[in-house]
Amino acid sequence: MTMAEGDLAVTELAFVRHTTIAPRPPPAMMTGALGWLRANLLSSPFNIAITILIGLLMAWAIPEIVKFLIIDAVWAGHDREACLESVQHRAIGACWPFVWERLPYFIYGSYPISERWRVDIFFVMLAVGVVWLLWLNAPRRDLGALYFFLILPVTSFILLTGWSAIGLRPVDTVLWGGVLVTIVVAAVGIVCSLPLGILLALGRRSRMPTVRLLSVIFIEFVRGVPLVTVLFMASVMLPLFIPEQWSPDKLVRALVGIALFASAYMAEVVRAGLQAIPKGQYEGAMAVGLRYAQMMRLVVLPQALKVTIPNIVNTYIGLFKDTTLVFIVGIFDLLRTIEVARIDPKWATPVTSTTGYAVAAIFYLVFCYGMSRYARAMEARLTRGDRR
Amino acid sequence: MASDLPASARPASVVFYNDPRVRSIAYQVALCAVVVVLIYGAASNAIENLARARIASGFGFWDQTAGFDISQTLIEYSSRSSTYGRAFWVGLLNTLLVAGIGIVLATILGFVVGISRLSSNWLLAKVAGCYVEIVRNLPLLLQLLFWYNAVLKALPDIRDSLSIGGRVFINNRGLFLPTPIFKDGFGGAEIALLVGIVGAIAYRLWARKQQERTGRQAPVLWMMLALVIGLPLATFTLSGAPLGFEFPQAGRFNITGGTEVLPEFVALLFGLTIYTAAFIAEVVRAGILAVSRGQSEAAFSLGLRPGPTLRLIVVPQAMRVIIPPLTSQYLNLTKNSSLAVAIGYPDLVQVFTGTVLNQTGQAVEVVAITMLVYLVISLATSVLMNIYNSRMALKER
Repeated sequence: MTMAEGDLAVTELAFVRHTTIAPRPPPAMMTGALGWLRANLLSSPFNIAITILIGLLMAWAIPEIVKFLIIDAVWAGHDREACLESVQHRAIGACWPFVWERLPYFIYGSYPISERWRVDIFFVMLAVGVVWLLWLNAPRRDLGALYFFLILPVTSFILLTGWSAIGLRPVDTVLWGGVLVTIVVAAVGIVCSLPLGILLALGRRSRMPTVRLLSVIFIEFVRGVPLVTVLFMASVMLPLFIPEQWSPDKLVRALVGIALFASAYMAEVVRAGLQAIPKGQYEGAMAVGLRYAQMMRLVVLPQALKVTIPNIVNTYIGLFKDTTLVFIVGIFDLLRTIEVARIDPKWATPVTSTTGYAVAAIFYLVFCYGMSRYARAMEARLTRGDRR
Repeated sequence: MASDLPASARPASVVFYNDPRVRSIAYQVALCAVVVVLIYGAASNAIENLARARIASGFGFWDQTAGFDISQTLIEYSSRSSTYGRAFWVGLLNTLLVAGIGIVLATILGFVVGISRLSSNWLLAKVAGCYVEIVRNLPLLLQLLFWYNAVLKALPDIRDSLSIGGRVFINNRGLFLPTPIFKDGFGGAEIALLVGIVGAIAYRLWARKQQERTGRQAPVLWMMLALVIGLPLATFTLSGAPLGFEFPQAGRFNITGGTEVLPEFVALLFGLTIYTAAFIAEVVRAGILAVSRGQSEAAFSLGLRPGPTLRLIVVPQAMRVIIPPLTSQYLNLTKNSSLAVAIGYPDLVQVFTGTVLNQTGQAVEVVAITMLVYLVISLATSVLMNIYNSRMALKER
């Protein structure tokens, strides 16, 4: 019935459109730049207020920073006169000639000038090792690991401290400073903390109660106290516990403190990775007759370390920032050399401190941000493999 | 039992040194021996070295007169009559003060930044992201030195103090605030505040019961505000505003009166708050992202607006994910407050591991006490947070 009525209605109509109308474009306010603005910046009165507020803040802050670092900055000069407002009669921004003159000090500390080529070689060797290890498609990465964890430490030790037998003049660590010390402390921390951390993590998961107890005590103790106190302990208590004739120098004491501190944090990171490995992997390894060491080396650790690479790199970032604390026990790392240079009367101006800190900030930002980008890229790569 | 089994089912007999149990015991004995030898060696060396350097050992120094001044003391302390033990408590209280205020401020800033990073406002999210990336990737020590040396020490000196209405002064020696003086009758307002807080808690409990029974919501927020702020304020006004202020007076070379806040304290507080807030922001962001999208979609489809959705649906669930890492950030802040030593704020490490250690030379005792304090703080915080965490945790069958 209804069907017949419907048919009738259609046939009685004078006009029936046979083609579809082309869709109209969405309103101009919803697409393109305007639509984006509306959706992302101006979606509600509250958002409009926030946008205006942040806009004003940025309009004030960004020109100020650019003015300080570039436009008003002083680019040439020989002493504080160049960077004094009262002498130059203009607004003064960053005092770059100060940095330029002190740059060798910031990089090498008081390392003898005639021997600084040794430090340069060390930097190059380290860079080669780091690239070899971090670039995942590099050839012979097993050799790279050998180079990084064995050859590099030994050669750089000989290179930097000197060895009279092969004609390298000994250089006391008291003279080391600046970027050199920062890199050495960070590198020693990085190289030592991973193996020590793995040992501690395995100890904490061991079935032997004594091993477990000792590992837990060490890890929880170190993680419960600030690094400053660990460094104090290393610098004032360590010499007491060691026979006088072997008493290590200041830098070595700090290195011991940093390495122990970092390894406790690394242990917890590695333990999290070990816990992520299903029990079947252990049982499978044991079923094919592998011994404990083989099981860990061939089956468990490769998988556990793989999933924790992002966290390991994050621990390294923390370690790299923490190297600044050796400042407190009297070692001339980059930050300390800047502290010393900025109070030098030759360059005493109101902008010297800020300029010095800006240099330190750029240095740490480049390194730490670089590491965190790497960690994120690794994370993406690892999860891509798992998604498949 | 084992002897009842056929011979083939019994474990093959192994040489004793291949027996896992024997091996395990041997390893452990060896490890213990190594540890004991190390400790013994360290102790005997320490005794010998201390004797050679003529340094006393033991905790006798605790009751000796300290003889040095401390720039900020929350409890009574004088260099002439106070002991090293007293100096220890002064330092510890200063540490707790900066850590306590820092934790509150860092939590507020961290939550604001963390939620901002997820905001639909593109500009806000980007600015919050930049903040987190920059602050997290700079060493805390650098930030502290920057705040102290480049910002606070660069303020005008005492003669050209910045002043706010002639009542508050800011200069490179610190922040000078009016000191409140409580006159007679101020007790009434204090009692009213106490009554207000108790009343507010009771009202909230009642309101929740009421809502469970009838489904009707009471205006909890307004009622609580009225009780906690309104009631004491009314009492205070009615009793004739019995509160005076001692204002700091600017002199030529000095500022007298008022309460002085050290620039070291301000720098440390700024540094710790800004640094830790960046980490808390990441924790908060991760926590909110961990609540599945379906939860907020369901809330929207029930007709809840974004505010109540966040408050009633997302945050309570996110808190479960947020609290454990938040605890460790609080502990980090407390431990990081030891960097005070770099800018000279008299915290535990600066007073005790710095000055007291230098004066007495008793490295082992002093460092051990300091470490013990931080360990106790760490353990106590972990225990408290674990209790809270277990109360917040998902109640499952």
